[in-house]
Amino acid sequence: MAYPKDYKYTKEHEWIQVSGKTALVGITDHAQQSLGDIVFVELPKMGTELVAGKSFGTVESVKAVSELYAPASGNVTAINQSLSAAPEQINQDANKAWMVKIELSNPDQLKGLLSADDYEKYVAEEN
Amino acid sequence: MSSAIETQTLRKTTLNALHRRLGAKMVDFGGWDMPVEYPTSGGLMKEHLAVRTGVGMFDVSHMGDILIRGPEALAATQWVSMNDASKLQENQAHYSALLYPEGTFVDDVIVHKLGQNDYLLVINAGTREKDYGWVKKNVSRFHCHATDVGDYYTQIAIQGPKAEVTLQKLTNVDLSQIKNYWFRHGTVCGLPNTMIARTGYTAEDGFEIYVPSDVATSERVWSDVTETGKEFGIVPCGLGARNTLRLEGRMALYGHEISDSINVWEAGLDRFCKIDKGDFIGRAALERAKAEGLKRTLVGLEAVERGIPRDGYKVLDSSGNEIGYVSSGSYAPFLKKNIALAYVPPSHAAIGHEVLVEIRGQNVKCEVVPTPFYKRTRKA
Repeated sequence: MAYPKDYKYTKEHEWIQVSGKTALVGITDHAQQSLGDIVFVELPKMGTELVAGKSFGTVESVKAVSELYAPASGNVTAINQSLSAAPEQINQDANKAWMVKIELSNPDQLKGLLSADDYEKYVAEEN
Repeated sequence: MSSAIETQTLRKTTLNALHRRLGAKMVDFGGWDMPVEYPTSGGLMKEHLAVRTGVGMFDVSHMGDILIRGPEALAATQWVSMNDASKLQENQAHYSALLYPEGTFVDDVIVHKLGQNDYLLVINAGTREKDYGWVKKNVSRFHCHATDVGDYYTQIAIQGPKAEVTLQKLTNVDLSQIKNYWFRHGTVCGLPNTMIARTGYTAEDGFEIYVPSDVATSERVWSDVTETGKEFGIVPCGLGARNTLRLEGRMALYGHEISDSINVWEAGLDRFCKIDKGDFIGRAALERAKAEGLKRTLVGLEAVERGIPRDGYKVLDSSGNEIGYVSSGSYAPFLKKNIALAYVPPSHAAIGHEVLVEIRGQNVKCEVVPTPFYKRTRKA
């Protein structure tokens, strides 16, 4: 249940859900579990160009700061504003708590990402 | 692979296996393998709030204990610690510190007067060997003996407004008769002569009990407290909540607010330092430092813009010049604010003064606020 099959994953523990040329980006259930109670999210402004593999924001729990890395390049077309007031949504359901919506500039980059099964294996090995 | 080797050398309390059974997230804290939080029972935030509103329990057996015993135990304690131990009555404790000749900190301690010639110093985990070596060396000219008894006890802290009612069910000692920073010996969970101290590191009411450090006894006491506290919503609490609780209460943490390069006046611990009690290690330097005036002082900060000021971040004046640093900072789970303790020059320490904290390249406005950030309401 933890990792939806129709999402793709990074080794930095982000997920991306693609529909056509746009995609939603969030962090994985494993990431929220490792972080613990999330209390702060810093997201880019609308119109920011995300670059695959580069940091686009941060997520903070009470005791840790974690960078967010873009799974793919693209222009930010929407931000999940509700996370600013209620970042605990990420703990409650990391798969639904999307952070940014992007317009993919190079959909080919998705091929380099992990499938749900591969990500699950990766997490198991990492532990 | 290297992490596996490191894990083997970490020290463990007698409750280590129990923490793992409870699903605790473990961390290396000062060389000790300790629970940072217990996700299965709700995690850090829930643990913090349980202590503020109900009751929580902590394994604090990693803390060290030094016994100073002998005809000159008082004189020795006076010489190595900054508070006035002559003011302690039997069964009373106080906050104090071991100082270097420079007036800076070896460690902070709680001194308990067990008896006429008998003082127990409870010290930090990460500084156990250093503290014991320091005390042993410096009390050698007195007619007394210093013993490291840190491994004799499993120390469990039961903290929160419901701590008394929880522990009362497990002891014959009338807890209502133990005042803050006093202690008694009595039967706890069937164990006679157990030390029960009304002390803690949470800025909340609570007790610390010292039970024999064998695994079976330690685990039995832990589970007795767990069972008894159930009706009050007791949860096991890790070092994460311990840190946020003490931060809200502006309690110093070694290596952060106090260290071998920070002196007593800077740390704002004046009221625990009795400069007129007679000579003690660090006194001369502190007198000089007082005459010279403060170069920096510890203040409370509250972020007024979005961002969490964290340990080590730079503090800047309103023009962007670096003026100090954050010694401890976090989201405060009970206050629901982002707060920090920081060292700044006295010229920037007035309540209401605005400073900036550099948070990953961004300057976030913070205001100097009164401390402690949180103060419990005491019973009349």
